[in-house]
Amino acid sequence: MTAALAAGRAARMRVSAALFRRPWMRAVLLLSGPGAWFFLIYLAALVVLFISALWSVEPFTGKLVHHWTLDNFKALVNVSTYRTIALRTIAIAAAVTVTDVVLAVPFALFAVRIAPQRLRAVLFVAVLIPLWSSYLVRVYVWRLILSKDGVLNWVLEKVGLGAVNVGYSNWAVWIVFSYIWLPFMILPVWAAIERVPDSFIEASADLGARGWRTFRSVLLPLILPGIAAGSIFTFSLTLGDFITPTLVGGAGSDFIGNVVYDNVGIANNIPFAAAFATVPLAVMAVYLLLVRRLGAFEAL
Amino acid sequence: MIGASRWSRVAFACGAALIMLFLLIPLALIIVYAFNPSNIQSWPLSGLSTKWFSSTWHNEEMRHALWLSVRAGLLATAIAILLGSTAAFAVHRFRFFGRDAISFLFVLPIALPGIITGMALNSFISFSGLTFSLTTIVIGHATFCIVIVYNNVLARLRRTQPSLIEASMDLGADGWQTFRLVMLPAIATALVAGGLLAFALSFDEIVVTIFTAGAQNTLPIWIFGNIRLGQQLPQVNVVVLFVIAVTLIPVALAQRLTRDAGLLRTTAPRTA
Repeated sequence: MTAALAAGRAARMRVSAALFRRPWMRAVLLLSGPGAWFFLIYLAALVVLFISALWSVEPFTGKLVHHWTLDNFKALVNVSTYRTIALRTIAIAAAVTVTDVVLAVPFALFAVRIAPQRLRAVLFVAVLIPLWSSYLVRVYVWRLILSKDGVLNWVLEKVGLGAVNVGYSNWAVWIVFSYIWLPFMILPVWAAIERVPDSFIEASADLGARGWRTFRSVLLPLILPGIAAGSIFTFSLTLGDFITPTLVGGAGSDFIGNVVYDNVGIANNIPFAAAFATVPLAVMAVYLLLVRRLGAFEAL
Repeated sequence: MIGASRWSRVAFACGAALIMLFLLIPLALIIVYAFNPSNIQSWPLSGLSTKWFSSTWHNEEMRHALWLSVRAGLLATAIAILLGSTAAFAVHRFRFFGRDAISFLFVLPIALPGIITGMALNSFISFSGLTFSLTTIVIGHATFCIVIVYNNVLARLRRTQPSLIEASMDLGADGWQTFRLVMLPAIATALVAGGLLAFALSFDEIVVTIFTAGAQNTLPIWIFGNIRLGQQLPQVNVVVLFVIAVTLIPVALAQRLTRDAGLLRTTAPRTA
């Protein structure tokens, strides 16, 4: 019994000594699992996807035709419906980003620079709770809020403004995206404002600048990387989404994601879906290059 | 600067209060709607009742979807813990060619829009001749859960003293003993936190799941389908309250366990 144990331990020591002398062996052992997963499943899948964007589908049989062609990309440019959908997606993503900046900056300014310690903690939790809650559930509750006999119209009636009809429209899509991604903008902006030393603000005041001037000339340039970092989230998350437009949008609210989804699920035209999916990817790549100059990556 | 005048302080306070209401009222409404006695989801509610709770609990379709989500979440979390932590150990411990490329690759599934990850996996599944099953859902979920564990464990390893390992070796421990008695306790809470976050993310995920589930219903797909068709909404209201709890509690717990990993690092974007 003890002999067997000793032998087992001796063997283990030999293995561990062998591994200790050959660090590359340990590295290979550790990396083989996750490496294989990502290369064989994920990377292979991505490559297959983008190669298939250059293929086409036999219209009658629905079978993939392995012929190199740029027809899918041509259709994106030439068919006006697809142009409209791509432009709508980008425009709403931009509008959501601007809205979230406008909401996040004063909120974070108040929290960091004006609110007393206790209130700051409360405000912080108020940002975290929606961030951590289920995405789908938050979209659903906005569907209820914005519907014709929902909370929004009830409040508007009570204060005498009269009901509005924003449910199932692009307005609803804009409001809901702005709500869903707002915490992703507040947190980096908050962190950026915290990093600005008090002495900078005091110096600006000593030199005679009023509040607005200090904000524009001192604070804003310093927190711009934080804003840019937040905008990566708000912009890219909106670009790739199709759940929100499906649930709160109307007939004219299709996003790129909706077309991609329909082409995979219903039309079974994976090459075209793959080609359309490269559009948000390309837009995002350009956007990332732009905001990198603003120092967004350091502020993430 | 701001705060110089009393009026601007008041204006800022009012703005912040409105934004706080904007952030929190929808969540409060989720709780209230679960107790809506009516079939119709209009405001104000006609009263409060728990009458839908038991019928929801006995809804076979819902139970089936819930069970599928739980199994997929647990399996994906197990894979993520195993592969995410080994990857973190390798990247932390060794300098090798392509190290940066590998850490970039791990982040891709949550950095890219969900439709792209979803579509890619969907093409992979059809090309490799797999049929849609629990396995295909788990493959999709594990792919974006690995990075969550990886980030958590890597952050912890960076704060752990390398001298601990040397001390253990000097005292005669072999590699396995050092791992079990020194490294594992050091990263334990980071592993648990990563696992909790991975489970919460998997439990709530819809976009990648839609592309990898085929005709199966996970809980989010069941909710999505019912909302879209306007069916069984009273039961959806109840389930949705439950989902909020299941996603919020693990993340809050994980946050308590790891205060070092940074906010945006531990709470990955959910769906996109």
